[in-house]
Amino acid sequence: MNWLTNWSPSWQWFHRLGSPRWFYQTTGRWLPWLSLLALALLGTGLVWGLGFAPQDAKQGNSFRIIYLHVPASFLALAGYYIMAIAGAVGLIWKMKLSYMVMKSAAPIGAVLTFLALFTGAVWGKPTWGTYWVWDARITSMLILLFLYLGVLALQYAFQSNEAGNKASAILALVGTVNIPIIYKSVDWWYTLHQPATIKLTSAPSMHPDMFQPLLVMILGFYCFYVVALFLFTRAEILRRERKTTWVKELVLGEPQS
Amino acid sequence: MASGFSAYLRRDLLLAYRRRGEAASPLIFFVMVSTLIPLGITPESARLAEIAPGIIWVMALLATLLSTDSLFASDYQDGSLEQLLISPQLLAMPVLGKITAHWMVTGLPLTLASPLLGLMLSLPAEGYVPMMASLAIGTACLSLVGSVGAALTVSLRKGGLLLSLLVMPLYMPVIIFGSATVQSAIDGFAWFGPLAILGAMLAAAIALCPLAAAGALRLTSIN
Repeated sequence: MNWLTNWSPSWQWFHRLGSPRWFYQTTGRWLPWLSLLALALLGTGLVWGLGFAPQDAKQGNSFRIIYLHVPASFLALAGYYIMAIAGAVGLIWKMKLSYMVMKSAAPIGAVLTFLALFTGAVWGKPTWGTYWVWDARITSMLILLFLYLGVLALQYAFQSNEAGNKASAILALVGTVNIPIIYKSVDWWYTLHQPATIKLTSAPSMHPDMFQPLLVMILGFYCFYVVALFLFTRAEILRRERKTTWVKELVLGEPQS
Repeated sequence: MASGFSAYLRRDLLLAYRRRGEAASPLIFFVMVSTLIPLGITPESARLAEIAPGIIWVMALLATLLSTDSLFASDYQDGSLEQLLISPQLLAMPVLGKITAHWMVTGLPLTLASPLLGLMLSLPAEGYVPMMASLAIGTACLSLVGSVGAALTVSLRKGGLLLSLLVMPLYMPVIIFGSATVQSAIDGFAWFGPLAILGAMLAAAIALCPLAAAGALRLTSIN
């Protein structure tokens, strides 16, 4: 570890991050607290939102699915950028840990995107009278799901971790460049088609009584996302580092001579 | 730098000329699948005219997609890709040459054959010029974007289906503006706007896609 001390201290954390072992031990200390926080926030938000927030004037109780739909959509989008940034860090600094984070972010993001689409469809039935509409935002979420699935499929197509890592990192980055283009074009496409009969109910300002539980839910989802990402990454670390002594000691519970 | 481009352009065109049967299959696919549409939906010309722009564009996209798989495949198999990778020049230029050759062998024939399909699908007369213009620019975009996917999957044995999963989401902006060009011409609007956006996409794709494809080739083909 001598070489580490030669670096300026401001960069030490960054190099430590490259060590899967350090990440595993540190997140192990954080996980209980983070999980508690996520549970508390999600519990409070759900009870508050589903039980105590006032009814919507037009949609009645059906609007309450917003407390799942909006946070899931938030994280589905943010998750793609987390995945792409992790991939870029891996490509640039050749950090194996960040590839593991990237690989873990893909399934979580795909599930959240699916959840956002699913809750949207469920919400659409009572509000719009149909499960599916080719609305601009729905369509771009669907394309986002396809992008996630592509990264996942590419990751698992390669025999070696090394090649799969790099390939899916490049694909994630290409997707990042494309996401704004896709969003803009889908927006444009939607205005061109002019259905205009159904619009996403976007109240310009929500009532604070409705908005506060939503904020709690969004924070809760963020915490939940971090917990899930840590758990996936830790599993991935154990799988990839299974030949190292520290993992053997950890799993077998005894120091090996 | 330009020599790498022209050398690979000439080489790939020559290779395609010597394997004419292979090079013709996207075109035949394009024409054949389009005859399925009247059989499957309706032979009524009024309804066909309504969906013709979209159908022609979807078919062109699928035909390009099917041929993208072979962009680097034969070079990978016979080892010349490795030679290219260790050559001391900027990799993006030969890659761009290969992509240009690919477009000249697939996208350009599709563009030239599209009036025939327009006729068969009773496309209104105002649609022909915009259709050819948008196909010429749009298929070039498709070839460029597809090259990144082809480079990523070149070392995989069953890369073909995976490739289409990877690049299909990236193709969506192209098809939106491609068919919008034709549609707005038919509806009597100015069609130059969507065409200009396609052109902007092409400019961005020319600048970025060869670099991404070259990076992907370097990273994934050595394993």
